[in-house]
Amino acid sequence: MIANQNLSRFLETYGIIAVIIVMMLVLTWTQPQVFPKIENLTNIVKQNASLALLALGMFVVIVTAGIDLSVGSVMALAMVALAIANRDGVPWPLVILIGPLIGVICGAVNGLGLTVLQLPHPFIMTLGTLYVVRGITYLITNGAPVSGLAPEVRYLGQANYDFGLFTPPAGLPASLFLVIVCALGLWFFMTRTSLGRHIYAIGGNPQAARVSGINVDRVLVYVYVICGFFAGLAGLLLAGRTNSGFPNAGIGIELDAIAAVIIGGASFFGGRGTVLGVLSGVVIIGLLRNGLNINNVSAFWQMILIGLVIILAVYLDVLRRKAAVRR
Amino acid sequence: MAEQSAALLKAEGVYKYFGAITALRDVNFHVASGEVLGVVGDNGAGKSTLMKILSGLYAPSEGTLIFDGRPVHFGSPRDARNMGIEMVYQDFALAGNLPIYENIYLGREPGRRLGGLTIIDRRLARKMAAEHLDRLKIHVKSVDQPVEELSGGQRQAVAIARATAFDAKVVIMDEPTAALAIKEVGKVLDLIKSLKHHGVAVIIISHRMDDIFYACDRVMALYQGTNFAESPLAATTRNEVIGWIMGTKGHTDSLAHDKVH
Repeated sequence: MIANQNLSRFLETYGIIAVIIVMMLVLTWTQPQVFPKIENLTNIVKQNASLALLALGMFVVIVTAGIDLSVGSVMALAMVALAIANRDGVPWPLVILIGPLIGVICGAVNGLGLTVLQLPHPFIMTLGTLYVVRGITYLITNGAPVSGLAPEVRYLGQANYDFGLFTPPAGLPASLFLVIVCALGLWFFMTRTSLGRHIYAIGGNPQAARVSGINVDRVLVYVYVICGFFAGLAGLLLAGRTNSGFPNAGIGIELDAIAAVIIGGASFFGGRGTVLGVLSGVVIIGLLRNGLNINNVSAFWQMILIGLVIILAVYLDVLRRKAAVRR
Repeated sequence: MAEQSAALLKAEGVYKYFGAITALRDVNFHVASGEVLGVVGDNGAGKSTLMKILSGLYAPSEGTLIFDGRPVHFGSPRDARNMGIEMVYQDFALAGNLPIYENIYLGREPGRRLGGLTIIDRRLARKMAAEHLDRLKIHVKSVDQPVEELSGGQRQAVAIARATAFDAKVVIMDEPTAALAIKEVGKVLDLIKSLKHHGVAVIIISHRMDDIFYACDRVMALYQGTNFAESPLAATTRNEVIGWIMGTKGHTDSLAHDKVH
């Protein structure tokens, strides 16, 4: 049915927004004194800004039917490296660049490992770098956090703009704007540029991309570099928010990033997904955690619920796809 | 032969070795603009190897390729494409998740260059795709339809549209009808004829005698890596061509394959 397909496409694009609105209404109804307050809402943003950046990078990788397990380790390495540089008196503009730069280097290692060594699956390569990069992080810090950062370095992670609308310390966090700028940039890149479309093409049919003259290996290296870049940027944000670099940061956060991407409707088999969906996936995870917290539900339940949401989200996608195919 | 002198793409004395195996032995080949050539042969006869040499995927071990009167060397399929030699793959090689128009221009997107990147002009790409499909008399609901929603015949049509999107002079098709429903075969064969009328040289590898005898002007048979036989279509018969595939010359009613038909 044509109507059926149109409905299915509408739901694919905007259904997730409806889910978010319902969640927010439910949370407002259960905790009217806490949830809708600006302090709580901006708190959700601050707590999940790093996850949002990681998820954006993970999204690009998942579109190629790949996976990057190393993002949590890369984020931690970027974080401690810039904290050490800051401690040792490196000027702040350089310190800020160190985070993303380390991300780019780690991403290039992942991409080159995958394509030059021809490892059978990115899972292997990035599982390896997950351990190696985490190990380096412990090595250079001796396992101890490095605290105290210059205010300029902390800016992106902790600045607030009140715009004269909010009474300080309330305000919209700089990290929110960074995430929005990154998301808009990535959206443009993925939908409007040749390289972005080649990334989708590789996820859809790598052979088709190859015979169309696309250098698939080179594109894959770019993809892991982009993912690494976002992981490094996430490290900069987290360092700013926590005023330190701690080597235990982001253990297991790669799974949150994957969860956000999948909840956001991207296909694990590549070729499908949107930036809007990824952000929505992050918001859903953030709302879930916040909602359970403010309703005094045990953190253990959060894990159970997020797990169930992943299964439910993908199951809904399976149903939707069945409805779209049946004519 | 008049055709031979007008040949657009020619291969002379081509050998191809894979280690100790000789896949092609002194093969000569030619095709002219506006000609549809059928290439037949049993599995392992060397059809695919020859096509891969013509489309730039393999380099010949010996022998020369001549395109438009000049000797050419292809380092990659990209070189061949730049000269206007395109290949349509048996499995179509389309990205099902992308819409029709993006598949047609994949790797050659129109738009503004910015460093190594192209900012795609999507309006222009859609318009060009729609006009190109019109020219080929291919009808689709919309160029925005994802390819995975199309039937086999429509996918083949999109693959052919991609191959001809940039002024193709030679289009090589590997088993163009093998993956199609019977009712779609005719449409694709008509499409091949319309390419011929646009002056494109078309090379069809096929096992289906119906395709060869409907669409081709000339048929050549390879057998065990050598030129075995060749004839204008009007001067041969199905049974004779089937005989060539099996390595027999001269019409012999006693052969088993004749009785099948």
